Amino acid sequence: MDIVRLSRLQFAVTASFHFIFVPLTLGLSILVAYMETRYLRTGDEMYRRMTRFWGRLFLINFALGVVTGITMEFQFGMNWAEFSRYVGDIFGTPLAIEATVAFFLESTFIGLWVFGWNRVSKRLHAASIWLVAIATNLSALWILLANGWMQRPVGYVLRNNRVEMADFMAMLTNTYGWLKFFHTVFSGYVLAAFFVMSVSAYHLLKKNNPQFFKASFRMAAAFGLISSLLVFIVGDFHAAEVAKTQPTKFAAMESVWDTQKAATYYLLIIPDPGNERNAVETIGIPRLLSLLAFHNGDAEVKGLKEFPKKDRPPVIATFLSFRTMIALGMLFILLTLMAYIISRKDRLESSTAFLRIMLYALPLPYLATQLGWIVAEVGRQPWIVYGLLRTSDAVSKSITPLQVMVSLIGFTLVYGLLVIMYIYLLSRFAKMGPDDELQAIIKPSGI
Amino acid sequence: MEFQILWFILWGVLWAVYFMLDGFDLGIGMLESFLGRNDAEKRVIINTIGPVWGGNEVWLITAAGATFAAFPTTYALMFSYLYSVLLLILFALIFRGVALEFRGKVDSETWKRGGDIAIFLGSLIPAMLFGVAFANIFQGLPMDAGGYHGTLLSLLNPYGLLTGVLFVLLFILHGALWLTSKTDGEISKRASIVADKSWYLLLIIAVLFLIYTASTTNLYANFLQSYIWLIVPVLAVVSLIGIRFFAARGQYLKAFYSSCLTIVMVIFSAVIGLYPNLVPSRTDPDYSLTIFNSSSSIYTLKIMTVVAVIFMPIVVAYQIWTYRVFRNRLSINDVLKDKESY
Repeated sequence: MDIVRLSRLQFAVTASFHFIFVPLTLGLSILVAYMETRYLRTGDEMYRRMTRFWGRLFLINFALGVVTGITMEFQFGMNWAEFSRYVGDIFGTPLAIEATVAFFLESTFIGLWVFGWNRVSKRLHAASIWLVAIATNLSALWILLANGWMQRPVGYVLRNNRVEMADFMAMLTNTYGWLKFFHTVFSGYVLAAFFVMSVSAYHLLKKNNPQFFKASFRMAAAFGLISSLLVFIVGDFHAAEVAKTQPTKFAAMESVWDTQKAATYYLLIIPDPGNERNAVETIGIPRLLSLLAFHNGDAEVKGLKEFPKKDRPPVIATFLSFRTMIALGMLFILLTLMAYIISRKDRLESSTAFLRIMLYALPLPYLATQLGWIVAEVGRQPWIVYGLLRTSDAVSKSITPLQVMVSLIGFTLVYGLLVIMYIYLLSRFAKMGPDDELQAIIKPSGI
Repeated sequence: MEFQILWFILWGVLWAVYFMLDGFDLGIGMLESFLGRNDAEKRVIINTIGPVWGGNEVWLITAAGATFAAFPTTYALMFSYLYSVLLLILFALIFRGVALEFRGKVDSETWKRGGDIAIFLGSLIPAMLFGVAFANIFQGLPMDAGGYHGTLLSLLNPYGLLTGVLFVLLFILHGALWLTSKTDGEISKRASIVADKSWYLLLIIAVLFLIYTASTTNLYANFLQSYIWLIVPVLAVVSLIGIRFFAARGQYLKAFYSSCLTIVMVIFSAVIGLYPNLVPSRTDPDYSLTIFNSSSSIYTLKIMTVVAVIFMPIVVAYQIWTYRVFRNRLSINDVLKDKESY
């Protein structure tokens, strides 16, 4: 394999691993902060136990999000030196701002929160987890403004043989970046809600601490319902933004080959990229595709044939990821709505079938977030910066395939080990339940 | 003042503060297994950095981020040329972070021993390799019209390794001083002995480093041109002696502050010596990466300046404040009764 392929694969591996941890951090930080606020307001001991229990799971996840994040920042220079040199004048700025404005805040106050239970006032302690929650979300904003710029480059000029920033405000107000930000953080909230509901369902099925886990479930169900609706609404605007600014990606997402007005949306499509057509196209809803793309049923949707082959993204991966993500998004609305109603009516304990579904539904939001990134990143190909720089021109000139092969294997092994430890610790602590009095330290059984 | 110079200074400050802060974390990581005779003692040792090491490590992220934003060409070439070294540093820092967080989470001998090894290697390797990386930058990298001609092995040259050892000793001393003033009883006493002994070793290595630097790098040229800057390396030497001065009187906290100053002045000396280069070329000076030929546009530097001027003082303020919150000495009892500790 060549350096470009290896580097892409490495970026995909490290980014996917990193994004196992990020969405849970985004959402769970808010839930834990809310729990601690409830404790502060009501003095109810249950909320303190909730803060501790969910907070402990949050921390296991948080640690891995942080250590795998450093890799992302270093890799731009290590593997994508030509990209960094060419667009660093504009792309480096949001990354540096993220570290300065968000990451310091997050890392400093998480230390205060973990070790500060008996050292700072209750109010300050609750404030510090809120600062962590705000900082992680702020961190996401800067990263996604950076990614949004790669998707839709704005506010730049070509000068001195590179891309230079001409208008910082243009990058800051890039609609693409903001839509991506909201879509991503809301999907993180959905994932966190499913996480809390899944763990709660486990305990409710076992009849452990029903009071505690019903309250947790109820909180997560409301959070999840609002968030899954928001993901969906923002997602619609996001897709429309893609149709407007990245026509090749949109055509691949929907597997549209021929440019057409008042385009039909087909529920079932089997793409046939070899022959530049769809092998199967059935159950059509007239004008829906134009409506989704441009919020206008008569609008023209560009097909892939409109563009030279060298400018088209891989269709199958983009199309299937997008369709599956949409289906999952709808399922999440349905499940969170049911969760909300059942928990409001206080029928959770008797709804064992539903609890079992929620217990095993946990991998689905993880899958959906990964698929979302596949749509975003594979769909942008062959560009690393849409319309400006090709991925094949962005890779470092000084590295060798052997170096990247070794680092790719290294990352795969190290991250594989991390994920094994992560699942082990998370599931053991999740199963243990909320009673810190029973001592939080795991007694290993048979390792 | 030109914005490139301003950002060069800030770049130096970010690295200096990173080494000053994470330096003692790395030192603690290298000492933990040797100074802790049992699990409780080891926990005390790593808990002295528990609340702060994460915030310290962000200075590295920010130093890298600032390099990217202010000197993108340097960021691109330096990071791709030093690929293998940075990869090893990354893996080491990942293991250190995970081990610090997870070591205490499972009550098993094997798990904890694994954690101790990860903390040790995860601290030793970055300390050593940051030294190697910076030494090679001091010497200049072999880069010219034909690109980059170095390998991992060429980076591990004698000067690189000597500087690596220098960094390791600096951080061991720094960590030992931190530990002496943050703990009490036996651990504090043992740490003070390490601090006392490692100082002499550091002195020998530092003298060797200064001599070797004269023969293999161009770092002294700027100082010989305008003597005024000699104040910085002189302060580095004075504060290094200050460490011994205070330690001999049992004032280990002052010795620690002295050690902070030493690290900052060492980095500043190197940065002044490099000016106007960020990464000189050993083979063709025309291909040196300077703060002028590798910087961002003035517009970008201005934006970044506004961000830094507003936010860096806030960051410094809340970080100092958290250090004050956790200023007390830790004893074994504190750690054993605190369920949230490592």
